[in-house]
Amino acid sequence: MSLADSPSAGSFRLSKLLTDKHYRGYTIQFLFLILLGGAVGWLANNAVQNLDRLGIAPDFGFLWNRAGYDISMKLIHYTNDSTHGRAALVGLINTLFVSVLGCVSATILGVLVGVLRLSRNWVISRLMTVYIEVVRNVPLLLWLLVIFAVLTESTPAPNEFRGANPTAQMWFWHNVAVTNRYVALPSPEFWRSLGNVDLGIFLVSLDLMALIAVIVLAVLGDRAWRRRAHRVQEATGRRPATWPVTLLLFVGAPVALLAALGFHLSAPVMKGFNFTGGILAPNPFFALWFGLTVYTATYIAEIVRAGILAVSKGQTEAALALGLRPGQTMRLVVLPQALRVIVPPLISQFLNLTKNSTLAAAISYPDLGATLGGITLNQTGRALECILLMMLAYLAISLVISVAMNLFNRSVRLKER
Amino acid sequence: MKKKLIWAAVAAAGLVATTAHAGTLEDVKARGVLNCGVNVGLAGFGAPDANGNWSGFDVSFCRAVAAAVLGDPTKVKFVPTTGETRFTSLASGEVDMLARNSTWTFKRENDLKLTFVAPNYYDGQGFMVPKALGVSSAKELEGATICVQTGTTTELNLADYFKQHNMKYTPVSIKTDAEGKQQFLAGACDAYTTDASGLAALRATFEKPADYVILPEIISKEPLAPVVRKGDDQWASIVRWTVFALIEAEELGVTSKNIDEMSKMTDHPELARLLGSQDDLGGELGLDKEWAKRAIAAVGNYGEIFEATIGANTPIGLARGLNAQWNKGGLMYAMPFH
Amino acid sequence: MTQAYFRTDMLPPRVPPRGQRGALKWLRENLFASVTNSAITVIGLAIVVWLVVQAFPWFAHSVWNAKSLAECRDIVHQTWGPDASGACWAVIHERWNQYLYGFYPMDAYWRPNLAFLLMLAALAPLLFTHLPRQLLWYSAAYPALGYWLVWGGTAWAMVAILGGFVAGWLAFTLVKRISAGLAVAVAVLAAMGWWLFLAAPVTGALAAVAPLTLDFVPSDRLGGFLLSIIVGICGIVFSLPLGILLSLGRRSDMPLIRTFSVFFIEIIRGVPLITLLFTASFLLSYFLPPGTTFDLVLRVIIMVTIFSGAYMAETIRGGLAAIPRGQYEAADALGLTYWQAQRLIIMPQALKISIPGIVSSFIALFKDTTLVIFVALLDPLKGITDAVRGSAEWNGVYWEPYIFSGAIFFIFCFGMSRYSMYLERKLKTDHR
Repeated sequence: MSLADSPSAGSFRLSKLLTDKHYRGYTIQFLFLILLGGAVGWLANNAVQNLDRLGIAPDFGFLWNRAGYDISMKLIHYTNDSTHGRAALVGLINTLFVSVLGCVSATILGVLVGVLRLSRNWVISRLMTVYIEVVRNVPLLLWLLVIFAVLTESTPAPNEFRGANPTAQMWFWHNVAVTNRYVALPSPEFWRSLGNVDLGIFLVSLDLMALIAVIVLAVLGDRAWRRRAHRVQEATGRRPATWPVTLLLFVGAPVALLAALGFHLSAPVMKGFNFTGGILAPNPFFALWFGLTVYTATYIAEIVRAGILAVSKGQTEAALALGLRPGQTMRLVVLPQALRVIVPPLISQFLNLTKNSTLAAAISYPDLGATLGGITLNQTGRALECILLMMLAYLAISLVISVAMNLFNRSVRLKER
Repeated sequence: MKKKLIWAAVAAAGLVATTAHAGTLEDVKARGVLNCGVNVGLAGFGAPDANGNWSGFDVSFCRAVAAAVLGDPTKVKFVPTTGETRFTSLASGEVDMLARNSTWTFKRENDLKLTFVAPNYYDGQGFMVPKALGVSSAKELEGATICVQTGTTTELNLADYFKQHNMKYTPVSIKTDAEGKQQFLAGACDAYTTDASGLAALRATFEKPADYVILPEIISKEPLAPVVRKGDDQWASIVRWTVFALIEAEELGVTSKNIDEMSKMTDHPELARLLGSQDDLGGELGLDKEWAKRAIAAVGNYGEIFEATIGANTPIGLARGLNAQWNKGGLMYAMPFH
Repeated sequence: MTQAYFRTDMLPPRVPPRGQRGALKWLRENLFASVTNSAITVIGLAIVVWLVVQAFPWFAHSVWNAKSLAECRDIVHQTWGPDASGACWAVIHERWNQYLYGFYPMDAYWRPNLAFLLMLAALAPLLFTHLPRQLLWYSAAYPALGYWLVWGGTAWAMVAILGGFVAGWLAFTLVKRISAGLAVAVAVLAAMGWWLFLAAPVTGALAAVAPLTLDFVPSDRLGGFLLSIIVGICGIVFSLPLGILLSLGRRSDMPLIRTFSVFFIEIIRGVPLITLLFTASFLLSYFLPPGTTFDLVLRVIIMVTIFSGAYMAETIRGGLAAIPRGQYEAADALGLTYWQAQRLIIMPQALKISIPGIVSSFIALFKDTTLVIFVALLDPLKGITDAVRGSAEWNGVYWEPYIFSGAIFFIFCFGMSRYSMYLERKLKTDHR
């Protein structure tokens, strides 16, 4: 590191292990290794002894045993005859589902609130300040419990929708029912469905795949069309209008596909105790989603505000002086710089949101902690294995997000000289 | 350094109990306190009052064991456990025994390495629904939403029952009875399922208990028993025979009131053996002569416990039913004290 | 001499035009600058008005004295008519002590109260640098004192524990002349020796002479905000040294130590706190010698410390990164050893920069203490509220407890965040 170290690099004597800064490092590391090894060994030895005493050997075989219990929300096929491993997968997918939705909605809300807080409108900026301060200074658990309480205690029970003169009304022309158990939504159906492909783990809807393919094609087609417009502009100086084609590609093509497949919505119908048909999105899911969104959005709002304030005014002025229009200034000058400030903390908020989704346990949302770390753990008694798997799953999610963040940081880093 | 401080502080205050892996009995005696795992709150069976004092049916068994082993029914530390945490806290040694409506099953005994000592309550899983629902049988619950506690046999029974009858349902998993009660009363589920005794206990805490009915179907056998870790036979025997002593006392007519006179009746051999006025049965358990006498004196006999905590004259209002003495049409049958 | 053509007195300022002054100007600039702006204002105000109209009657119809929710509702209906709804603060009035202390024995409330006041006194010399430095000795001894007050037992046990530190320090000063490394080893041995062999007999002997005992209060009696504060404060105090070590480790030249620190920090930061709490409650005893069990609250504190230590390490690392290289080089040039440089040059600056970050870690940690509910400890949000709602009298009450404990959390956290902003501003002026 510094020049002062280099003369000692000459001959090695045993005493240098203590006195020479260079070699002392090895001594310390060696001692540290011994201590660490000792500690880990001690812990492992205790664990082996304890497990031996209780007659339980670590074994992941239970993952292939029949689970025997039911899960209230499942995005992939699951019955009580499925295995514990599949139950864990259902939980993991639920965790990822609510996390991804939460990240998207929290970002939208957070950006909106962050921008509005900078608004010159006194009422709005104050309101946003109050919202941010109140929400982020109270534990998330409270918001989840409050939202869940509101959803369960102030909405009608499904049986109030029953009969000829129901006391509760469905919304949106008998398509949506908000109940104290779930929100019943119409489900998309196809008269001429393409069917599903079984991937072993879950089914993939070919209709959805077709829709995605059409949209991807639309994006590619649109790009090609814009490039062509660009070439025309370079050559002739006049840019042909691109929007009709864009509109056709992005609206026309998907609509044509949906029409071809016979797309329609199937409204939920009250039958027996509950609604059937349609999609029944359970209240715990909504409570968790709203709670995570509202809570994380306050942090994102502060990040966005700081990001926008971090771009110096001179940048905007310079851009305007160069003759860029306000929109271009935002898009080409302010945003890229603000994003560099915004994105790293934003992604760590995504990470926090995912980790906070474990609070699902408080409102009975069947996330990974509830299936693998809850029911499976109890039914099988495999605490060590279940918690280890759970930690690994979260660690993997965190690592993926971290890697994404590092890649982004690298791509937008200022080239320092 | 500060970390060391807390470690040492802990050791000094006796919160860390390191014991040279001895039997549970020695541990309990050395500690002077029995760690007993109970339900976090199930009225009548085990619940703390506003001051944190525990009482109830299951709690009485903890106290009886403490009286037998330590000579003082108050030397119990009650560790509230949920359906999820109970067996792990037993396995990890956090508690010495569980007296917490836990069903004796094959898997639990052999896979989870537990010893169920002796059933102290024969139960069965049932359903409770609001009267307004107009349901009179569990077979009419097709498509219903059902509140069920996680980590119990209950949710497996529920799945089996609906499968067997080819019906569909939606489970709402809940962690504690308090939470379940909130959900059920708010109408977030159509039916609540747990052991019939638990249903009665829960209904007793409702504002209007009469608005709810317990359906006639009992869909499972639930022999509830105190639990200890497998592998410590002496400790298992102590807990088992303390339970039997309480049952035997009822059969012999020994109550907490008349126990002093009864123990003087040396002409009654069964009494003399039980109460230690003649034989020293306690010695074979590693206890003294009067272990059973202390247990009975502390909490009363089985019948007294039942009547005081969950019987017909309590808000829970359970009939003896299967839990009457064997000679009165029930299943309570203490093994002979010979 | 006077000159007629210029004024000697000031013209009185003219009143600005009507639209450019006073409330009107403010309104126009801040609320109705454009059409969209006006629309947003109206919508925002409408929401506020709607919320107030919805919530006001409920707050206005508050009932403070009642024995049960039913009685509360009766009072509301009798006083304000059959359709009125009102807040039933009586639940807080009846059960406030459980929210604050859990099931702590009522006649001993003075103990946590005193411990709390003494804690503030112990924190003072850390927060305000102009107080006499000798007070730091009191701060160092406080953990033992606070522990004794809250949990009880004999005070001599605490004295004996502190004795170990004294023994270690004495040994260190005696051997320091010979070799610093050796001195550390001897000091550790002396302290361990004291704790293992002498502490117990000394405690016994002292207790026999004068038993300074308080009733022992088991941990399961702790709950509510008492528990939150204990877990939060312990977590932050113990995580600070851990965080400093980890952050130094992460910046160390030694690959082994650096790798270990990176792994430790990233693994802990990569998993949710709940899984660590589960580990504390389910698994920790598997990793201790057979037959060892210890208190759940302590296990939770250990896990919270580790968790918060990893975050603290990252906060302090940020502070370390902000220190110019010149500072390290200057310290090297002065011939300071690594630890001297850290203690005298680097850490004071790095910690000062990280104070706002440390405070926000603390706010996060304090909010996270509510998660202890997942290992069946009585947190003030759900644990106590479930216990209260579980009783027949208060079944069905849900807004009031949430508002009450939410408000307390808000006051704590908001106060701390303002304090950290104040610190940030204060530190900015004297730094660069």
